[in-house]
Amino acid sequence: MAVESAGAVAASETKGKKKAPLSGRAREERRLGWLLCAPAVFAMLLVTGYPIVYAIVLSLQRYDLRFPDDREFVGLGNYITVLTSSTWWTDFFNTILITVISVSIELVLGMLIALVMHRAIFGRGPVRAAILIPYGIITVVSAFTWRYAFDAGPGFVLAWFNIDTPPLTTRSGSFFVIILAEVWKTTPFIALLLLAGLALVPEELQRAAKVDGANAFQRFFKITLPLIMPSVLVALLFRTLDAFRVFDSVFVMTRGANETETVSILGYNTLINRVNIGLGSAISVLIFICVILIAMAFVKGLGTSASPAGGGKR
Amino acid sequence: MHHTRKEVTLWSIALAVVLVYCLIPVVWIISLSLKKPEDIADQKFLPSSISLENYEQVFSEGAFTAALRNSIGIALLATIISIVLAAMAAYAITRLEFTGKALILSGALAIAMFPPISIVGSLFDMWRRIGLFDTWLGLIIPYMTFTLPLAIYTLSAFFREIPWDLDKAAQVDRATPWQAFTKVMVPLAAPGVFTAAILVFIFAWNDFLFAIVLTSTDASRTVPAALAFFTGGSQFTDPTGAIAAAAVVVTIPIIIMVLVFQRRIVAGLTAGAVKG
Repeated sequence: MAVESAGAVAASETKGKKKAPLSGRAREERRLGWLLCAPAVFAMLLVTGYPIVYAIVLSLQRYDLRFPDDREFVGLGNYITVLTSSTWWTDFFNTILITVISVSIELVLGMLIALVMHRAIFGRGPVRAAILIPYGIITVVSAFTWRYAFDAGPGFVLAWFNIDTPPLTTRSGSFFVIILAEVWKTTPFIALLLLAGLALVPEELQRAAKVDGANAFQRFFKITLPLIMPSVLVALLFRTLDAFRVFDSVFVMTRGANETETVSILGYNTLINRVNIGLGSAISVLIFICVILIAMAFVKGLGTSASPAGGGKR
Repeated sequence: MHHTRKEVTLWSIALAVVLVYCLIPVVWIISLSLKKPEDIADQKFLPSSISLENYEQVFSEGAFTAALRNSIGIALLATIISIVLAAMAAYAITRLEFTGKALILSGALAIAMFPPISIVGSLFDMWRRIGLFDTWLGLIIPYMTFTLPLAIYTLSAFFREIPWDLDKAAQVDRATPWQAFTKVMVPLAAPGVFTAAILVFIFAWNDFLFAIVLTSTDASRTVPAALAFFTGGSQFTDPTGAIAAAAVVVTIPIIIMVLVFQRRIVAGLTAGAVKG
């Protein structure tokens, strides 16, 4: 389990050593350990820590690149402006909508694909290769592909299903295509994570349940699902945070038109198109806080689900 | 194992469904890119006649070739730098005893979930001031926010699988920890390192947000950003065919990598998350 056992493994590895006087060798080892980690740790802190602190500083200022002389400290003014605007809440709702719908579909679809691959009779290789293609494709390319499939000009889907109004001109249609593109691209990732989880479920349990007369559904919901719950939660955590940041697909499909703007698009427009660095930074920091809250909720869920049976680590 | 005819049929159907699901959009974009410019809007799934005009157009424009060069260069450099730094850290985390490594791992995980939109504004402001705006380095640095945690995680998972005994044997032979690292562990770790490098490269190759915010010209604009700002030869040319051709060109390397290294990529993807 990414979150859990990363800490647990490291902790148990540390516990093994006695605290008492460090031998020369142990001291050397500790020094080398820190030496080897230092560049990566320093780089990570520098590239994320510094900019986020700077973003917080900027978010407390009135700072518009069109009026650079007007720059001054305004406290929480920008946050109040954002949180009292209807645009933020509409975009927040749009983002949640895209996140919840696409992640739910991905989870179900990913589980089905994982079960299919797990029970593979032949052709496991081709399926695995095919499933990696959506994963590896550039998100912008996938977005263009789906956009053109539904666009008024080239869209073959319109001809196939006799659709008169191009979906990307309406709000619900745009959401449909955006979510479709997201689902297509990221379901394989979930499927592979779940497949790895399925590999850890002991075959004997399944057989025993079968002997006891449990049907396929009972076996899945009573045995398989509880055992792979940690994998499910990790996949959910990664994908939820990823979906909440959704930007590329929306940018390519609508650029936020038809009321499909997400919080990331709003942040981008405010920062880069309207060059309002102060207000845009406030939006950036708010998105950051949202991501932390979602992550904390999941980590809490992981903590409670990581029972000895479902500990994830083999 | 013996399988009934029914099982084989069901599996064949499932197999076909998954293949169609994965491949239809790929076939579609290839088909679109091969259409003649006047056929682009014919709403047909397959081209009625095949032409390479879109490819000629996309390569005749400097913008795409420049973007291709930038994408390859930036993604490669970001991959090399993060793999070197992460390999050292992952070796220390899996093989050495020192306090604080749990903190490093959970810190890396936290950073992996970091939303890029939260820092593009401050990077935009800083980069314009210190001259990193629209440069390769100006993209490589922010790419470390996701390439380093990904590399540290994947490599730690792979390194944990490497047999301990060889490391100990090296130490019995009076090798210093550093010698054990370079002479014994590096050759053993090479396959894992290579896998992590592929994953990191795919991530860097995919980035869009940093690329559109922190670049503005052919000097450093990468393919995803160039695609989004593609306008066609003149303002009267519809860029659809050209974008489709460019999309196919940048997708082919990914498809080849996926076909050749599928086993490794799957191992790498799941190693970080499941075995953590």
